[in-house]
Amino acid sequence: MVDARGLSCPMPVIMTQKAMKSKEDYYEVMVDAQAPLENVTRFAKSQGYNVEVEDRGGEYLLKISR
Amino acid sequence: MEKKNDKLMIIIAGLVIGVIAAGLAFLGNPKNMGFCIACFIRDTAGGLGLHKAPPVQYIRPEIIGIVIGSFCAAFAKKEFSSKGGSAPMTRFVLGFFAMVGCLMFLGCPFRMILRLAGGDMNAIFGLVGFVIGIFCGIFFLKNGYSLKRTYSLTAGEGYWMPIIEVVIFALLLIKPAFILFSEEGAGPGAMHAAVGISLAAGLVVGVLAQRTRLCMVGGMRDLVLFKETRLLWGFIAILVAALITNLVLGGFKFGFAEQPVAHTDGLWNCLGMLLVGFACVLLGGCPLRQLIMSGEGNADSAVTVLGLLVGAAFCHNFGLASSGEGPTPAGKVAVIIGIVVVALIGVVNTYVKEKAPAKEAA
Repeated sequence: MVDARGLSCPMPVIMTQKAMKSKEDYYEVMVDAQAPLENVTRFAKSQGYNVEVEDRGGEYLLKISR
Repeated sequence: MEKKNDKLMIIIAGLVIGVIAAGLAFLGNPKNMGFCIACFIRDTAGGLGLHKAPPVQYIRPEIIGIVIGSFCAAFAKKEFSSKGGSAPMTRFVLGFFAMVGCLMFLGCPFRMILRLAGGDMNAIFGLVGFVIGIFCGIFFLKNGYSLKRTYSLTAGEGYWMPIIEVVIFALLLIKPAFILFSEEGAGPGAMHAAVGISLAAGLVVGVLAQRTRLCMVGGMRDLVLFKETRLLWGFIAILVAALITNLVLGGFKFGFAEQPVAHTDGLWNCLGMLLVGFACVLLGGCPLRQLIMSGEGNADSAVTVLGLLVGAAFCHNFGLASSGEGPTPAGKVAVIIGIVVVALIGVVNTYVKEKAPAKEAA
């Protein structure tokens, strides 16, 4: 799992991008703000993944799969 | 959050902001300066008496509007939250030197777009430097640069910036003797739209920029890093809308010489914006974005804005800021120092690993 809580953009997206180099079918990314939530989602979708968001009271778990 | 809507939203926001920015110049603001975050923070520093340059003293309501607009939008959308603690002093220094770069060029990235839209071709040199600076920052980002995490802070922390802006606005309206105003004809500080119009323009831009996450360095950065063009479309939309508005209202003057609040020294226009692009990538956003995030409760961005403010005061007190005649020798030295310091910040936060606590204790 990529823990990008507290990190401001573009770090969460860079971390997700680096993780995706392993070309697996499922990743989890944790963020705690709207901007990284939107940016990681947008990036994952551009890489052909589906994104499901679980709101954990101010923190968001992004379930990224394909 | 559909991708197409996303892009359309930022294009519409950019177009609206471009028209407002070009329009402000016709309602009294200096030419090609409907908005300039750096210039306006500098004018505000002057209005508060933090520097003694008579041509640039005026508390700019646009800045106040941007922070309050962002605060209201973030609050309404439940995005407001007090957070901070990610290398605040490093951010202060980056903000300081970003301002040194801005005042070498005479404009922040936002004004660079407006200068291009007004036909000021000196801004091309600025744009080239800006892109080079962004690439310098990206080099560190790719190699693991990070200012580490922010944390949740006490509930009241995030309210300081909006509160301070309200107090400053009150000072602008009350006009006590210690608040300074550039005299008529003294310089850019004396040129401004009516307070209500400036404030309203700032509020609209604040709301739009908060909702769309508009950022002038983010566009180029995301394109290079992720092939993501959304933010870049905002940049382009502002340019197109301001250009058309200028053409319609007669504010377009193509060329290099005698451009409003600008100089023709290409090398230093380039190096000034190189410093700005570099520092802003390491900060995670341009001066506009820092203002927006300070309104969202981000104390790190608030500290960055203070860095910009103190930087502006130093620039005028120490004779670092350029004028229409060109850069100053001290300003050139400051920009070089700035590039070196920002590079060192990049190196330290990319390659120097934290020591284990046990070793530190010994």
